Order: sequence, then C-alpha cells, then structure tokens
Amino acid sequence: MSVSNKPKFSFGELLPKIVVAPTFVATLIFIYGFVLWNAWLSFSSSRMLPKYDWAGLKQYERLFANDRWWVAAENLLIFGVLFIVICLVIGLFLAIFLDQKIRAEGAIRTIYLYPMALSFIVTGTAWKWILNPEQGLQKMFREMGWESFTFDWLVNSDMAIYTVVIAGVWQSSGFVMALCLAGLRGVDENIVKAARVDGASMPLIYRKIIIPGLGPVFFSAIIVLTHIAIKSFDLIVALTGGGPGYATDVPATFMYTYAFTRGQIGVGSAAAMMMLMAVLAIIVPYLYSELREKKQ
Amino acid sequence: MSISRGLIYCLLAIAAVFYLLPLVVMVITSLKDLDEIRNGTILSLPQSLNFDAWGKAWSGACTGASCEGLKGYFWNSVSIVAPAVIVSTILGALNGYVLTKWKFRGSNLFFGMLLIGTMIPFQVILLPMARTLGFLGLSGSSSGLIMVHIIYGLAFTTLFFRNYYITVPNELVNAARIDGAGFWMIFWRIILPISTPILVVSVIWQFTQIWNDFLFGVVYSAGDNQPITVALNNLVNTSTGVKEYNVDMAAAIIAALPTLLVYIIAGKYFVRGLTAGAVKG
Repeated sequence: MSVSNKPKFSFGELLPKIVVAPTFVATLIFIYGFVLWNAWLSFSSSRMLPKYDWAGLKQYERLFANDRWWVAAENLLIFGVLFIVICLVIGLFLAIFLDQKIRAEGAIRTIYLYPMALSFIVTGTAWKWILNPEQGLQKMFREMGWESFTFDWLVNSDMAIYTVVIAGVWQSSGFVMALCLAGLRGVDENIVKAARVDGASMPLIYRKIIIPGLGPVFFSAIIVLTHIAIKSFDLIVALTGGGPGYATDVPATFMYTYAFTRGQIGVGSAAAMMMLMAVLAIIVPYLYSELREKKQ
Repeated sequence: MSISRGLIYCLLAIAAVFYLLPLVVMVITSLKDLDEIRNGTILSLPQSLNFDAWGKAWSGACTGASCEGLKGYFWNSVSIVAPAVIVSTILGALNGYVLTKWKFRGSNLFFGMLLIGTMIPFQVILLPMARTLGFLGLSGSSSGLIMVHIIYGLAFTTLFFRNYYITVPNELVNAARIDGAGFWMIFWRIILPISTPILVVSVIWQFTQIWNDFLFGVVYSAGDNQPITVALNNLVNTSTGVKEYNVDMAAAIIAALPTLLVYIIAGKYFVRGLTAGAVKG
C-alpha cells in the first residue's frame, strides 16, 4: 500500500504535492479561513459594512433577543423532524414493496427518484401553484362537488411550514428509497431462507432481521437529510418566500435576509455560526463513529 | 399471497401518481391559456395544444425589470456550468489519483479536512466570499460565480475519484513505476482509461448541483449575469399585471429540462453520485 519507499527524485517526489496544492490552499483559505473570518465578523460590531473590532457576544445577544430568529429555529426543528421522519418511512416502505420482484421495477424507480434531479426552485414553483387556494387543489376538490373542502395551508401562518414539508418530502423521499433498496439488496438471503424454514412470517422477518440490519443505511440517510434540512433555503424562497410575514423563515433565509438585504452583517454572521454549530453537533459524532469502526 | 401482491402494486401505483402529479400539472398548465386556467381546475386538460406560454417564458416574460424571458439566463447557466464542471472534475480526478496512488505524509489529514468541507453549511462562507469577490473585482460577474462553484465543488469531486481509485489495485501502478513510467504517464495510460464511469458520475453530479444552485447565484450574481434558477424565481415573483401561471409553469419546466434529461439518459450514474456521498466507499 505504502509507496513512500521509492527512490527519491526531488521533483518527482514533489509533483504529487504540487498537483494537490491548489485544492489544499483553496480548502485552507476558502473553507477554514472563511469560517474563522465569519466567526470574527460575528464577534464584531459590524452592521452595514464589516468592521474588524471586538464587540464580544453583542451580535449573539441581539440574535437571541430577536423573535424572528426563534421562529426560524422552531421552523427548522418542525420541518427537519417531519421531513426526516416522513422521508424515512416512505422511503423504507417503497423500497420494501419494490423489493418483492415487482414488474417494471426500473421504470417505477425512475419515477420515484426524478424529483431529486430538479432544482428546489422548480419544486417550490410547482407546489406553490398546486397548493394555492384560489386555483389549485382546493378549487379542484370544490368543483368536483366537495364544496366545503378547505386547504389553505400555503397562506395560513400556522400551517404554511407544513407545505414546505410536503414539497421537501416529494423531492427527497425517492432518495431514501434508493438507499434502502440498495441496503435490502445487500441482505444475506441465506439468513432470510433459514428464518423461513424455521417458520417465521415475512413481516416478522422484516421487523426482526432485515430492518434492524439496515441501521447503517438509516444512519447515512439521516445525515444526508439533516444536512438538506439545515441548508434548506431555495425551497422556502420559492414556495412561501418565508411568509406569510416571516412565519416560514428558517435559519438559512434569516441569515440571507439579515446579511444581504437588511445590512445587519453582524447578526447575519452570528446566525451562520449557529447553523455551523448545529451541523457540527451532528457530524462530529458521525465522524467519530466512522473512525472507531475503521479502527476495529 | 395474491391479494397482498395486488395491494403492493396498488400502493406502488399511488406513490407513482404522487411523484408524477406535480410534473403532469406543470405540463398541463403550461399548455393552457389564461381563460382555461381560470375556468378549469389544475387537472382539467387543455382544449388544444397551445405553446404560447412556452414562447413567452423563453423570450418575452418579465424577470424583474427586463422582459426578455429566460433565454439569456438559460445561456448564462450553460456558460457558468460548463467551465465549473470541467475544471472541478479534472482537479478532483488528479486529487483522487494523488490521494490513493501517491500518498504522502499528511495526505489522509488533507482528505479529512476536505471531507468536512463537504458538510459545512454554505451560509458560513457567504459573507467572507462576498467581500473577497468584491476585493477581486468579481462581484456580480459570471467569472466570480464560476470560481465559487469550482472551489466548493472540489471536495465532492475529490471524494468521488478518491473512493473510486482506492479500488484500483496498487500493484498495477507499482508495476508501471518499476517499468519507469512517471506520474503523468501512469495517469494517462492506466488510470484515465478506466475512469469513465466515475467521470460520468462526477460530471453529472456537478452539472446537477451547479445548474440547480440558487444560493450562490442569488448572492454573487447580478442583473444580466444571473443563472436560470434566480431568473425563474424573479419571473414567478414579478407582480406586474395578471398572474400568468401558464408562463410560470413553462418557465419552471424550461429551467428543469437540462437536469431532467440528464437524469433520464444517465439515471444509473445519477443515483451512484447521490449515494456515493452517503454510502461510504
């Protein structure tokens, strides 16, 4: 595996390092350097223009005193939990159903997964049209004779965040299906056969053997979905625009609004730091468990 | 058994309808005129095939101040995506090659640092990058946006190639080295010829990501340089006169077509790209 014992030609030795140098420098500056830069901004008194002074936790105090931030954080929690749980449930069941030697499986899989190829802006635009009360689903059901049918979540401050869940699940659940299907195909058939010989029913086998075996798949899916949820920005911009009012704001839209349209660079950078902390809180245990697995 | 199989087919069909319905509604709506939209429902079929909305979305609809449709923005996206995909894929291939076949002290640490780079929320680099682009005189330009896409795509492309090349036996490379082949010769003659599948995965992944990007586009581009996702959002939210849902839907389909076509043509590679990051290699 190791190639470090080769004869030393000084240029030949350097060449691989020269090749990765641009990426290394870019990573160092544009990821790690920028994170530190943003951290500094969040400790400064910056407003319209960045200032490089020290204001302690002032910006964080302003952030935490802001109702809109807490609405955004709560929305992310509601959206994140529902989005992840529903995607996992739908994805798992579709994968199990598809794994029953279904005819035209390829075509069905293609249909389930195509939303993943779309931009969230397109998804948001489509669902905004379908869910708008005057012209969309509500009107369709009323004209079909169900006069009292009401579905106005999109314009209802209390319910609008759930329309984001609907559109998000539509876009991403096919991805979970693909992951679970790959996991199911990897299950050792002999174990299943042995359990059948012992007289276990298929639902029992799924519950006791197959689904617990998919643990790593769920783990990966949860990481990816959490990541999508925390970063979700375009879907909300396109579907609700953060509204009605700021009822469907999430941290990503909050940060954009404060940093780029309201001239509150300090608060914006503090919000970005909070998002980074949230992601780290999830990734660090993940990386830790990955590394431990490798060592064993 | 047959009853439960029937139930399974039934549920699968219902799910298929759920996934297909928005696309069907979009296509139907884009083919109607405004009267048909007002008098019908989202699922009522158009009386005739009417492509006026498509024409308007392409070359006449208002996206903010200008009313020239999505045409220009579509080509903006093409001219942003092409160089960004090519450069980030080439660099990713070379990085992956070095990280697996020319390991050096600290190369694993470097890979780890890069991996974390795939996970940070981009909000945390938005402000510093905006200042940097301003400092470089690239604010609001396509070149600035291309640069941003290359930088933040590198971690993903490197990951793809690294995970692929790690399965290539080192004996192959070592044998060539004993025969006197150098760094580039081995890359050209041995590594590149077996890289087609992962090249396709990387190109498709980067193409989809960058074409669909909205965050970088809305923050770092301005006016005539905006990519199509930003223009689509402007078009939908431009509130002058009557709301033309048919034009909105045609515009959304136009914006979605390139990535949709790629998915239909090369779906297998698309799925591999999606799962490559999740199922560790």
